[in-house]
Amino acid sequence: MASATLYSQRDPMLKKRDDFEDILEERRKSSDLKYALRCYAPVLYKGLTPCKANMLKNMVLQSDNVKYVINQVSLESGEALDIVHEEASVILEEMAHRLQISTVRFFAYALTKAFKTIFQHICVNMDGIQRLQQAIQEHPVVLLPSHRSYMDFLLMSYILYTYDLALPVIAAGMDFMGMKIIGEMLRMSGAFFIRRSFGGDKLYWAVFSEYVKTMLRNGFAPIEFFLEGTRSRTCKSLTPKTGLLNIVMEPFFKGEVFDVHLVPVSISYERILEETLYARELLGVPKPKESTSGLLKARRILSENYGSIHVYFGQPVSVRSLAQGTINRSKYTLVPRHLPRKPMEETQSFVNDTAYRIVRLQEDSMVLKPWVLMASLLLQNLEGLELSVLTEQTLWLRGLAQCYGAFMDWPDHAPAAKVVSSSLALHKGLVCVSEGWVSLVVGEPQVPMTAEEALFNRAVSVLSCASYRNQVLHVFIRPAILAVAMHNADSSKKDEVYNCFSFLYTMFSNEFILCPGDTVQDFDEACYLLVKSGAVQTLQQGIVGTDRSQPILSFLKGLLDSFLQGYQLVCRFLREEASDGLTEKQYVPAVRSFAVKLILAGNLRCYEVLSSDMQKNALAALLRTGAVRKVKIADQVTLKVNKMALNSFEDTLGGHLPTQKAVLARL
Amino acid sequence: MASNSNSSERQRIAQQRLRIIAGHLQKHEDGESGLIATECKAEAAGSNGANKGTMPKKRQEVMKWNGWGYSDSKFLFNKKGQAEFTGKRYRLSGMILPSLQEWFENTFGASVKQHKSPATPALNPGALPPPNLNAAFLKDLKATGIPFSHEADDRVFRAHGHCLHEIFALREGRGFQRVPDTVVWPNCHNDVVKIVEMACKHNVCVIPYGGGTSVTGALECPPNETRSIVSLDTSQMNHILWLDEKNLVARIEAGIIGQDLERLLNERGYCTGHEPDSMEFSSLGGWVATRASGMKKNIYGNIEDLVVHMKVVTPRGVFEKSCQGPRMSTGPDIHHFILGSEGTLGVVTEVTMKIRPIPEYQKYGSVVFPNFEAGVACLREVAKQRCAPASIRLMDNEQFQFGHALKPQVSSIFTNFVEGLKKFYITKFKGFDPHQLCVATLLFEGDRERVLQHEKQVYDIAAKFGGLAAGEDNGQRGYILTFVIAYLRDLGLEYYVVAESFETSVPWDRVLDLCRNVKERITRECKERGVQFQPLTSCRVTQTYDAGACVYFYFAFNYRGLADPVRTYEQVEHAARDEILSNGGSLSHHHGVGKLRKEWMKESISDVGLGMLKSVKDQLNSERPKWLHSFQVSRPCVSRNVQAECLSTTQQCIRLHLTHCKNRCQ
Ligand SMILES: Cc1cc2nc3c(=O)[nH]c(=O)nc-3n(C[C@H](O)[C@H](O)[C@H](O)COP(=O)(O)OP(=O)(O)OC[C@H]3O[C@@H](n4cnc5c(N)ncnc54)[C@H](O)[C@@H]3O)c2cc1C
Repeated sequence: MASATLYSQRDPMLKKRDDFEDILEERRKSSDLKYALRCYAPVLYKGLTPCKANMLKNMVLQSDNVKYVINQVSLESGEALDIVHEEASVILEEMAHRLQISTVRFFAYALTKAFKTIFQHICVNMDGIQRLQQAIQEHPVVLLPSHRSYMDFLLMSYILYTYDLALPVIAAGMDFMGMKIIGEMLRMSGAFFIRRSFGGDKLYWAVFSEYVKTMLRNGFAPIEFFLEGTRSRTCKSLTPKTGLLNIVMEPFFKGEVFDVHLVPVSISYERILEETLYARELLGVPKPKESTSGLLKARRILSENYGSIHVYFGQPVSVRSLAQGTINRSKYTLVPRHLPRKPMEETQSFVNDTAYRIVRLQEDSMVLKPWVLMASLLLQNLEGLELSVLTEQTLWLRGLAQCYGAFMDWPDHAPAAKVVSSSLALHKGLVCVSEGWVSLVVGEPQVPMTAEEALFNRAVSVLSCASYRNQVLHVFIRPAILAVAMHNADSSKKDEVYNCFSFLYTMFSNEFILCPGDTVQDFDEACYLLVKSGAVQTLQQGIVGTDRSQPILSFLKGLLDSFLQGYQLVCRFLREEASDGLTEKQYVPAVRSFAVKLILAGNLRCYEVLSSDMQKNALAALLRTGAVRKVKIADQVTLKVNKMALNSFEDTLGGHLPTQKAVLARL
Repeated sequence: MASNSNSSERQRIAQQRLRIIAGHLQKHEDGESGLIATECKAEAAGSNGANKGTMPKKRQEVMKWNGWGYSDSKFLFNKKGQAEFTGKRYRLSGMILPSLQEWFENTFGASVKQHKSPATPALNPGALPPPNLNAAFLKDLKATGIPFSHEADDRVFRAHGHCLHEIFALREGRGFQRVPDTVVWPNCHNDVVKIVEMACKHNVCVIPYGGGTSVTGALECPPNETRSIVSLDTSQMNHILWLDEKNLVARIEAGIIGQDLERLLNERGYCTGHEPDSMEFSSLGGWVATRASGMKKNIYGNIEDLVVHMKVVTPRGVFEKSCQGPRMSTGPDIHHFILGSEGTLGVVTEVTMKIRPIPEYQKYGSVVFPNFEAGVACLREVAKQRCAPASIRLMDNEQFQFGHALKPQVSSIFTNFVEGLKKFYITKFKGFDPHQLCVATLLFEGDRERVLQHEKQVYDIAAKFGGLAAGEDNGQRGYILTFVIAYLRDLGLEYYVVAESFETSVPWDRVLDLCRNVKERITRECKERGVQFQPLTSCRVTQTYDAGACVYFYFAFNYRGLADPVRTYEQVEHAARDEILSNGGSLSHHHGVGKLRKEWMKESISDVGLGMLKSVKDQLNSERPKWLHSFQVSRPCVSRNVQAECLSTTQQCIRLHLTHCKNRCQ
């Protein structure tokens, strides 16, 4: 069953790597117009006839659930029923997609033109497409792609159109709506828009969830959304959001559908369109409002080469088989199904686990280019590397990555030197090679700059480079945490190492995809991988390094170094500077300037700590562990710190004995 | 008015009634099974052979020992490969069914010519373990003069009900690990009292046996029961003791089987209106013990609505209420401990049951719907308006098609039907997808005018849901088939096809989801478990209530290529039941729990609920002296599967089929 395949995919040796097909190849040979106008007749769920967008809206507004909430809201607010009903209808209007084949055809035409200029290949796994085609006919399908770029959902629809598969309806963030024309066009190509936050708005929630469920139950179209909630600016997978996932599973829990199939999709870009944009954003250069003109400026992009894209459609995961033995559906039968209810605890944790599983499946099937290995090495050698050394180490790292199950796209039969040099060429915006020495590009030196500007320039290139290293993190993260734990532990005794591992695991669970309940399992996996790569032996008395261990362990530790430093810095900052009245809003700029000062003074060499992403993750971890609390004073949320706890975290992260054991014990 | 109608009018109605209801049943040449009001007929009429019900003591003389129903009636494929139904008892008897073979082979991938799986021809008494007799008990039993037997065929006949695994075992000649050691035939309540007393005294197990139509494994003996087991066959307690026309109730012995009860009452111008599909063979006591439901419950009610009074012999003594008031507020109704007790608390010996004058007029009907969804919506509306006819059943498309396969070659009613249907297809059904449409069959009862009015009301509602009236004959045909369908399983078993039915009750809003999910689950489970052929799954809504409906499933598959078809079948049924429960369906609407479903009891009625049931049983145990009590508790349970439980001081055992002693016994 699906759950079994889910596990087997975990074992890289069992994973059958499907054949990829380059969909641009055909496009380069034939007429784009013909392609855009071709007959499009996808197979549908159980031979359903597709329904008009308007009919769908009626079904939603007439549904028991929405009617019930309208009533309730009207009772509570004293508004007349028809006014609330009107509100609901406005919400729906704002939200709903208006999928139109003509718009899709327009996109098919325009995107073909664009894709052919900027990408070399768009490779899609054929088996995945076949599985998906099968799944669409049998069950409601939810497509869950990774999210790294604006391109993602256009690309998804483009691929499905190409293979004559039912076009998905896509949950998109409201920020697109700002872009008038594009927003409407996206809507007509199947996007529906949800507000970023609608916390207490019952009516909104009801209309929204009913809208999604109606489409799902009736199999109108595959639903597509991004588990990560938003584009990852760092290229690391983000901790999944579970709201929408819960909504799409509910029809199964309530017996309204026999099953729901979740299809993880991994979209790997060789070069991300937004690469430096993201780095600036993370450094606090404000994000350009997502406006049409902003996107059009991206025309500059058209003159660049962004390499290739790999899209891997994973094995559909059956919610039914995942839920087997975990969810007792009969508990859902004691209350009318249209009453809105908070998910039960067991459901919540099931949805959460599933979300993590899916994100891990996405990660596992990310196609990695040689460059991500090179970027990992360069970040551990900021001063640069000799080209030959870089080549040699990249080859070595390739071996390790493959041993850990990485899904590498390494060109066949090409000499290593060639592979490395062509990667360097593609990323010439980030690295330069001069006289056999490879180093990160640092701004344009001719312009006079302040020290701070220079620092930021450097940070941009470090963060851009990090976004590539981050793509390979999921391969190494568990062994890396173990490597650090072995280093930090007092002895090599297994339980001591485990304690350290578990501490780091907890601290970093906002940073990486580490499912809170999986510590033990992941520890075992880490041990297994380190043993497999010959880096350690697990003996009766503990976990010990081998002769071969040195380069592996130090690379792995190096991989986490900037994170460890960053988290320590945050602890230190909070301890020293946040004594009173630091508001949540001030937090990011304040840490940033704290770090800038330290770097300028030569006391800190870690640029990644300037990333607001890392700062926020660190804060989230500290909040989660109780070292920091939020206190609401008037309208302001301020941060209250527990200095002792911070102190001990800082020590432990740095590999020193914590001064306060008690605090750690709580983790 | 009914009460004033003269006797010849009564007679006429009774005759008509007999024709309608029992027309397909066995002909009766009895003159003597009138109404007796003596204390115990056994005493009145001599000790043997006085009771001429349909069911002789030697049931195997008229009934199949390894299949359903009368020995002379069965489906077979004749030399030409055409299906026919043998015998003379039923409307369908002696007819050729030309389309059945094709349907059968296409549906199951079976081959009538090539793949046969015939049954062992006869019972091999040698294979049976010798009876485990309790000499002291036998001595006392003989002294009472109550008839009994140790013969192999009598014992095997009472070792089972009609679950697939039971019939399959018989056909394979494997038989059962444990069968009753003695069969007794009490003639009256007092006989039962004696038997239970003796059983208590000598530590013998008693299993009440009514019609033997149980479909829950309730009649099976615990395989490692070491005590002697007595099957208490109630078939000779088959009299109507008295009939009270003022209050419209009758006192009836619990062993009477449905067809005899209706026949006898019909002769007097009355009926009970309780017509479970098994009514030819199932008994009043069995109905009470399983909480049975009849197809016309909309007018007459289910068994719990029909019972006014009952007498029950328990290990602690006889229990009955002191009056026959129509409703009482005297604490929880103790009748409800017995209703559904499945033979675990005592033997029901006599029941006062409501009766009704035979309805003046009966009319069948049918409606065709474009699809099952529309049909369910219509039934829901009918229930909402509380205007359900005596019976209303909605079959899905698979059953509709199956109905076609049972078209006989010649027969006035059936020809009409086929002709009618042809016309229908041409004139009206255009636009209905033959692979979607489904049929509801209707039965109206009452005085003529009201029936016609009622009929119109129902057809009007149906029309709102796209339903088209499809004629009386279609309806009647559906109900006639009810009684022969049970014979079809035996035909399937001859050709590698296993089949079973199961039922549930479910709130209205979940009916469709439940039907769809259960069917899909079955299909998937079959595939996963290596069933090589597509299974047949079909369902129908057989009863409507204010708050929900009863849904009945048929499920069959070709088991060629499977090592252990029964086990596969059971796994699939198990999964289907899980699916039912997950979708808001009940563990059972009317079949009961037995051994088949006991593992879900706790989940179904909660720990506390189970405890309540248990304490009722404990009450029946409470006379036991302290030392014995502790002995009882530490005593190993006779089987994990079956809960045999001592119920009194003297350790007479009446079987407990519910799960609640499991924990205690282990
Ligand atoms: C083809 C077919 C159709 C059926 N249709 C229906 C239907 O429409 N509606 C329905 O409700 N059921 C139906 N059933 C199920 C079955 O007929 C009922 O459960 C019926 O009530 C059983 O009665 P019985 O006399 O055959 O009891 P048995 O099968 O002999 O016994 C059933 C249980 O009751 C106990 N018992 C029997 N008599 C007594 C007594 N006098 N005192 C105490 N306990 C007793 C037995 O020990 C056993 O546990 C059907 C079964 C078949 C095979």
